[in-house]
Amino acid sequence: MTTELPVLKASDYATNQEVRWCPGCGDYSILAQTRKTLAAMQIPKENTVFISGIGCSSRFPYYMNTYGMHSIHGRAPGFATGLKAMRQDLQVWVITGDGDGLSIGGNHLMHCIRRNMNLTIVLFNNRIYGLTKGQYSPTSCLGHVTKSSPMGTIDNPLHPLSIALGCEATFIARSVDVYPKHLTHVLQRAAEHCGTAFVEVYQNCVVFNDGAWKYATDRKIKSDSIVELEHDKPLIFGKNRDKGIRFSCMKPEIVTLGDDVAESDLMVHDETFDEPYRALMLSRMHHPEYPEPIGIFRAVKRPCYDLEMTHQIEQAEQQLGPGNLESLFHSGDTWTVE
Amino acid sequence: MSTTSDSVTEGLPVSKKKAIQLEGVTIRLVGDSGDGMQLLGTQLANTSALLGNDVATFPDYPAEIRAPRGTRGGVSGFQVQFSSHDIYTPGDELDALVAMNPAALITNLQDLRAGGTLIVNEDSFNDKELRLAHLDSNPLTDGSLEKYHLFKVPMTRLTRDAVKELELNIKLADRCRNFFAMGLVFWMFNRDVAPTDRFIDAKFGNKPDIAKANSRALRSGWYYGETTEAFVSSFKVDPAELPPGTYRSMMGNQATAWGLLAAAELSDKTLFLGSYPITPASDILHELSKFKNFKVHTFQAEDEIAAVCSAIGAAFGGAMAVTTTSGPGLALKSEGMGLAVMLELPLIVVNVQRGGPSTGMPTKTEQADLMQVMFGRNGESPMPVLAAKSPADCFDVAIEAWRIAVRFMTPVVLLSDGYIANGSEPWRIPEIDQLPRMKIEHPGPPNDDRVFKPYARDEHLSRPWALPGTPGLMHRIGGLEKDFETGNVSYDPANHERMIRTRAQKIANVAKEIPPQEVDGPDSGELLVLSWGGTYGACTTATKLCRADGLSVAHCHLRYLNPLPADLGDILARYKRVLIPELNLGQLQMLIRATYLIDAVGFHKLIGKPFTVGELVDTIHRELEAIREKS
Repeated sequence: MTTELPVLKASDYATNQEVRWCPGCGDYSILAQTRKTLAAMQIPKENTVFISGIGCSSRFPYYMNTYGMHSIHGRAPGFATGLKAMRQDLQVWVITGDGDGLSIGGNHLMHCIRRNMNLTIVLFNNRIYGLTKGQYSPTSCLGHVTKSSPMGTIDNPLHPLSIALGCEATFIARSVDVYPKHLTHVLQRAAEHCGTAFVEVYQNCVVFNDGAWKYATDRKIKSDSIVELEHDKPLIFGKNRDKGIRFSCMKPEIVTLGDDVAESDLMVHDETFDEPYRALMLSRMHHPEYPEPIGIFRAVKRPCYDLEMTHQIEQAEQQLGPGNLESLFHSGDTWTVE
Repeated sequence: MSTTSDSVTEGLPVSKKKAIQLEGVTIRLVGDSGDGMQLLGTQLANTSALLGNDVATFPDYPAEIRAPRGTRGGVSGFQVQFSSHDIYTPGDELDALVAMNPAALITNLQDLRAGGTLIVNEDSFNDKELRLAHLDSNPLTDGSLEKYHLFKVPMTRLTRDAVKELELNIKLADRCRNFFAMGLVFWMFNRDVAPTDRFIDAKFGNKPDIAKANSRALRSGWYYGETTEAFVSSFKVDPAELPPGTYRSMMGNQATAWGLLAAAELSDKTLFLGSYPITPASDILHELSKFKNFKVHTFQAEDEIAAVCSAIGAAFGGAMAVTTTSGPGLALKSEGMGLAVMLELPLIVVNVQRGGPSTGMPTKTEQADLMQVMFGRNGESPMPVLAAKSPADCFDVAIEAWRIAVRFMTPVVLLSDGYIANGSEPWRIPEIDQLPRMKIEHPGPPNDDRVFKPYARDEHLSRPWALPGTPGLMHRIGGLEKDFETGNVSYDPANHERMIRTRAQKIANVAKEIPPQEVDGPDSGELLVLSWGGTYGACTTATKLCRADGLSVAHCHLRYLNPLPADLGDILARYKRVLIPELNLGQLQMLIRATYLIDAVGFHKLIGKPFTVGELVDTIHRELEAIREKS
């Protein structure tokens, strides 16, 4: 006889805590899509852990009826690393933002990705510090006028996916808060990836940086400023799907499909391409010069730190036998006093 | 292996020269930091321990890996005291000094007693080396060493001769010099060369030429002592009367690592160490990294912050979590430690103190981080603080730290210091079943639909350690203030104060679960010496000496610095004066004065070295004098 397991719904992942983001914040949608993703995957609540740093996005764990830790600024990857190292049975998520993950926590993000810890990192990018009320962030555009940059910023912004690739990321993807289906798809793929899955989500801060991603969300223009990546398919975009990306002279080129250019001339997306430079090129395509790619840029297989760690421990146990305090204490030179 | 024999040397003849019986010897071996002095010292200490002597060591080396050759800044030393009675320090004045070059001689000579034995490598006292040591004249010939028993030994030449047949290049041949010196020292003090032979085999087994060269140099040094007329007699130190048992030589950092490992085994937990390399704590990371077959997970993090954070993450997952560091690293961990206070998860933070502030003196000892571990976090964030008193004691304190961390669901600081971390002493191997077992319980899945309360408290005020993966206990923890009842985020003003007082009371409750404070010497009287940490040995020896002279001096050594033992106030009140010697400017003194409103006096030293017994004895005399003048 089999016992039927209860089917988990998205609402089962909600806590009784009142969600305290500003009305209209992009975080609401990301929260909803995350719950949907977990329900779609039927991941038991008790086997899921959300770990965040500090910032608006980092309140996330309080709203998930799973295990969770709202830690300190920028350090979520550190906590997640220790947890995952000891508990590979758990599905561990890191929730971070552009300030938390790329400014104060840049170092940890970098090392977590290079180790390929088996966890999912979702970086909410709104190009602003929200919780501290509107200072510029490491992804704010050059010249951005904020409370702390009244004459405009003079520091170059970082590009999260390029950073991740520089850290040898094995999975990078991008989605947008207001694309529910796309976001759910990307999150599920990220959760299924073995290794660090790094997802950048364009998220609108309605109070301090409203419209930062307008080109990607406005119905009238988004199809011309976004190109959706699909594995094994050519890069085609535009309202009439008549434009494409061709690789020429070492860089991407926008072309119009027609007499001179056929679909077969276009770049075909390969998320499994071993070397990171193809994905890097895609990550460097920015509005308004190019349509910005969304979807899964890269998904390759590499050893995961946590599994390798366990492997070494098993190896040591096989070679040396299980540890024994008594024999350790008496190993090497000893002497006896009668 | 085990030996109780006191015979001289295996594979070498018995010395034909007479041996003079001594109670104990303090010897220091000094040379360039590349000269292998630490190796020589460690071998001498281990061999002496194997012969049954009580042994204490003090390695003293520069922060630079290879400072410029021959300079005063590059001098590396290793001091050993071995004795036929129980000792607590590596000794004050030197009975013997072995100096491999002029810079080493001149920077250490002041510690050699008049009439002491001085062995120098004569070959290194050339113009170049004298100039590098900033010496205008050659001490070997200018008469400045007359008050010592000087042996000028051409070690470089003799070592080259000894290894000649092996046709090594000069550089490799000269590297064997420390083994020549070792052979001579071993002859002089009747030490067995067999353990060093085993060491050579293990270390250089895959380089037969080097192994052979070192072994020949060692023997050549021994025969030099035996056959040279200048060496009339050798010295003999009988085994000490230590309590029965099986012993091994133990360094402080090794003892800390083994204690942590034992604590994990005793509590059926898997050990996780998140650490970042830092002097003088790295050896704990190295040692624990060897124990993968004990399922020990060591993680070398990208920085000190990630190290503590990974440990907290591991603790959340149910591991025995540890992070190890020294002062500057501890500063970086402060925020993480504050979070651990708020999360109320068990965690051990080991701080092997070194000279500060800032980078300070990485390889030198100090105990100036007490205030940092007590108060160096934002907000009211108390945590228990324990300090080890000697190399072997690190083992016991590590186990005790974990007992407290788990029982009170709190991060605990374990203080060690550079002196005890690198020092060694005999360690009586405990019976495994005599070590305290620790039963740790995690709540299981609930039987009803009641919402789990992660901050519900038991009689100790500890919260349950519920682990991810347990159905029905899903909960969120974090750095924001918690509601006393539900554990949810709360900004309620009264709740905040209630939680602060509860967390403080929980740590205060630790005092109910620690043993009564021990006092050596009279129950009451004139002077009480109050000490903590690595000054134990010097304070114990000094107070014993003073009592042997008929003085009213008691000694109280603290293992628990937060909370302080419940009976400490009564103890302090029973003496006319309390003297607190510290390797800082009076940090425990400030705590004691503030806590008990007594006029405790301090004695402070900040030269990167431990107290000598002599200076403590002088201070005790001075304080007793002051009491008499007052009354």
